[in-house]
Amino acid sequence: MKARAFSYFRAATIDQALHAHARAGDDARFIAGGQSLVPALSLRLQAPRLLIDITHIAELRGVRREGAFLRIGALTRHCEMLSEPLIAEFAPLLRAAAPFVAHPAIRNRGTFGGSVAHADPASEFPAMTLALGAEIEIVGPSGSRRVKADDFFVDLFETALQPGELITAVFVPLFKADQRFAFDELARRRGDYALVGCGMLATCTGDRIDDIRISFFSVGNTPTRVKGTEAALIGSSLGAERIAAAQAALEGDLAPPEGDEVPPAMRLHLARVLLGRMLGRLGAGA
Amino acid sequence: MSAPLTSLDRPNSYIGRSVPRPNAKRLLAGRGRYVSDLRLPRMLYAAFVRSPHSHAKIISIDAGRASALEGVHLVATGADLAKICTPWTGTLDHFKGMTSAPQLPLPLDRVVWAGQAVVAVVAESRAIAEDALELIEIDYEDLPIVADIDSAREAGGPLINPGSANNVCFRSQLDNGSVDDAFAHAAHVVEEEFCFGRHTAVTLEPRAIIADYDPAAGALTVHHATQTPYQFQDLYSRHYGLPEARVRVIATDIGGSFGMKLHVYHEDMAVVGLSILLGRPVKYVADRIESFVSDIQARDHRVRARMALDGKGEIQAMDVLDLTGIGAFSSYPRTSVVEGNQVIRLIGAPYRFKNYRATLEVIFQNKVQTSQYRAVGHPIACAVTERLVDMAAVKVGLDPFAIRAQNLIADDAYPQTSPTGYRFEALSHQACLKRLHEMMDYDALRSEQAELRKGGVYRGIGIAAFVEITNPSPAFYGVGGARISSQDGAIVSLTPSGEVRCLISVTEQGQGTEAIISQIVADQLGVAQEHVKVITGDTEVTPHGGATWACRGAGIGGETALQATRALRRNILEIAALILQEQPSALDIIDGEVVDAGTRNQRMPVSEIARIAYFRSDTLPPGTQAQLTVSQHFAPQGYPFAFTNGIQGCSLEVDVETGFIKMLKHFIVEDCGRVINPMLVDEQLRGGIVQGLGAALFEECRYSETGQLVNGSLADYLVPMPMEMPDIVIAHIETPTADTELGAKGCGEAGTAAASACVLNAVNDALTPFDATINSIPITPSKVLKALKRF
Repeated sequence: MKARAFSYFRAATIDQALHAHARAGDDARFIAGGQSLVPALSLRLQAPRLLIDITHIAELRGVRREGAFLRIGALTRHCEMLSEPLIAEFAPLLRAAAPFVAHPAIRNRGTFGGSVAHADPASEFPAMTLALGAEIEIVGPSGSRRVKADDFFVDLFETALQPGELITAVFVPLFKADQRFAFDELARRRGDYALVGCGMLATCTGDRIDDIRISFFSVGNTPTRVKGTEAALIGSSLGAERIAAAQAALEGDLAPPEGDEVPPAMRLHLARVLLGRMLGRLGAGA
Repeated sequence: MSAPLTSLDRPNSYIGRSVPRPNAKRLLAGRGRYVSDLRLPRMLYAAFVRSPHSHAKIISIDAGRASALEGVHLVATGADLAKICTPWTGTLDHFKGMTSAPQLPLPLDRVVWAGQAVVAVVAESRAIAEDALELIEIDYEDLPIVADIDSAREAGGPLINPGSANNVCFRSQLDNGSVDDAFAHAAHVVEEEFCFGRHTAVTLEPRAIIADYDPAAGALTVHHATQTPYQFQDLYSRHYGLPEARVRVIATDIGGSFGMKLHVYHEDMAVVGLSILLGRPVKYVADRIESFVSDIQARDHRVRARMALDGKGEIQAMDVLDLTGIGAFSSYPRTSVVEGNQVIRLIGAPYRFKNYRATLEVIFQNKVQTSQYRAVGHPIACAVTERLVDMAAVKVGLDPFAIRAQNLIADDAYPQTSPTGYRFEALSHQACLKRLHEMMDYDALRSEQAELRKGGVYRGIGIAAFVEITNPSPAFYGVGGARISSQDGAIVSLTPSGEVRCLISVTEQGQGTEAIISQIVADQLGVAQEHVKVITGDTEVTPHGGATWACRGAGIGGETALQATRALRRNILEIAALILQEQPSALDIIDGEVVDAGTRNQRMPVSEIARIAYFRSDTLPPGTQAQLTVSQHFAPQGYPFAFTNGIQGCSLEVDVETGFIKMLKHFIVEDCGRVINPMLVDEQLRGGIVQGLGAALFEECRYSETGQLVNGSLADYLVPMPMEMPDIVIAHIETPTADTELGAKGCGEAGTAAASACVLNAVNDALTPFDATINSIPITPSKVLKALKRF
């Protein structure tokens, strides 16, 4: 299928991009890597009058430390998440998730900011911003603001982004020596959207978990933090009994949707299995 | 192993040698010329409105706004095309009693599956054509939907074809020996119901066609991504009333076909009509979304089968019922019942027993048509048979290898007739079984399995024997009235420079047809392979023949090339003998040189004979007319089919908590007779196995209760990918057919035939400790977890 005709504008600055969007009466879409938008255009699921190419905006690039955060520019490509040393050092959970994001051809073009903005509930990176307690920097006609990942994902493909707003960067708290992380997913084929996936970041004193953030993807309309499960773990060390309690708590946190191939009960079962395996690894200090 | 046709250490001995495909570099370098690469002058583009309903009456079509859109040249409905195209019916005479409704390029008043093309738009570009599609308004009135086999068979239920008594397309029954008696006296009986999901071909290149009608010449040229250009030349000619010689079909480079690209598709037929209506070239390339709802799909069987054995584990009888759903029509011109027919005839085929009964019921439903796809019927027959054999082994207390050694037809017992009536010339089941046992290191695998099981790791080992139908004679289609050739033709010429051109009717879809034909020609003539050019796939250039389907390229096309080349060689040596004043029998050709047959001393280059014959015929003795172009046709005689055989094995691991299956290793021992190019045969086997593993684990066209395909994209329809595929170990036994000089049989479907059966047996083997069984394909995590009662 072919997209409907549209106009194209390549913005050199954020201001240019925002103005172009406003001028188009919001019948416009920003495009970066295009790995979700272009198929949607081809299938005519979306047909904006104007595409605003933001890939040449320098302010949206780069990964650097800013205080207690790692600032990841929105245009950072998935493949850079694999290769950038700062990511490996200060956001190792993202580095661990990156190889599971689709395939090399897609990782070469797809952008981190684009993935978070698209908010596909089956995507790895949006869920990881939740596990990391990241903050999303947004710019729009009314200026710039930072939204906590916990407040960013609203519903299916719906986020705190308002029409005409852009993600400029994601701020990830720097990884610390007393933290442990784990990432894994269950996908039928390598590179597929997972049947269920999970990332977690724990702060520990010895073997005791002082704090933990666990985020699942492919379990509902949004990436999902499992706070009841987290609570079942905080304050104790990861023995078999504690892991079983966390697995049991999952039922209260997740309400997987109906699916023709994966019924809710099966998805919940898989989430429990995955959680158990990951906590086992986390406990082993992996 | 039999002696090769020629000694491999001799120059130009290419039969039996792994040489690269001459066209591989061109395709890899992006120099392929596929239909979608072609741009003809004044070419227009077609797109189709598709039905959102799986069964509905068309009340009205309003195309006014679409016709008025700038850049739109034509909007055509079923009625417009029915004026110039005669209907077709997908039945064959030798399937007694089969019925199917007549079909037209586009429907007149009723749609019968969701995704059926309803209205065609032709425009300056595909994008404009799609803009126009959005402006077409069609009013439908829902009709009752027949979405599955059970509702289709319900008495008094809705009918797909008004006026018919029921939704049955075809019924067939086989009854040989005394089945009831055998079951009555059996020491053991095993019985199971098996389900096989629908899947589809998913070729890398989708269907593509350009029809170019020239009203001034009254001539139609069709550039068509098809396996069978001659079949389509005939069909376009007859259904559009054009003289056959005025219809030219060119099959360009083709990106995979697997049987999918030899059926008549409504859109393709429509595109020919649209070009005739417009007098301009019209292109249509199905996109992936369209492929999922309009390419033929395959399988969709529910088989209930039982097997009787005596106390020692000797198979006594089988009794089978195969129900298969095919869509709303039987496909044309090969029908949609061949698969079911082959299922009931291939079941039990590797084994010695004689009492066999089978019923086949082929059923219409409101879905896209199913029809022939790689290994037609084989995987179903193989899985049913081999699973029952494994179940019997457990019951009798025999190892899977032992029960097969006891029951497979002995290698010295040929000729032999299968319990279903197939005649086998010579097969090698026992040799293959023995070889597989060694290759798998079976005993070590079994002890490793037992050891790992103690630690909660559940591995499974599965094996599956098979036969494959190849080299089909006219018994396949011709006897049923189909104008589908079982013969092939070749024209072989010595060029003025002493090189060789071979025009041949078999076609190339990426499997290496042209490579093996050039090997045979070079080998038989005695020239270097790079001096042979093979040309395929143009009805105006290449002789009429069957082309490529059902594993016939090497066996029939190869023999045609062999015989044509031998005739050319005789002619060359006759001229050489005149020039050299020798007897032709005293001469030979080696490496492009005419030599003394005895001493191999060089006498003159073949190129010199060509020069003299073409440019200095005055120097030849009076009355000499050099014939340096020869043509030859060859149709298989003797056995109606050249059956091949083999056995596959696999080792896999089931994660009993997630239901995921990890393939560890796959094995095949295969006997396709004379191997012409071992590398290409191995590639065919690997590709076939991967397709079979796709069916076993991943591929399924899933439908809703209302007949809507719910996973019609490559994100949701899972094809096998390299990361999940195991290493595949291959060995060959060679039992050439004596029906041809070449002795080659087919190999393209052997991999697909037994791969899914192997996996089914291995998964069940892995689940043995859990008292859980699975008899449904594909084996998904949800089926595994359900069998294990994990959710």
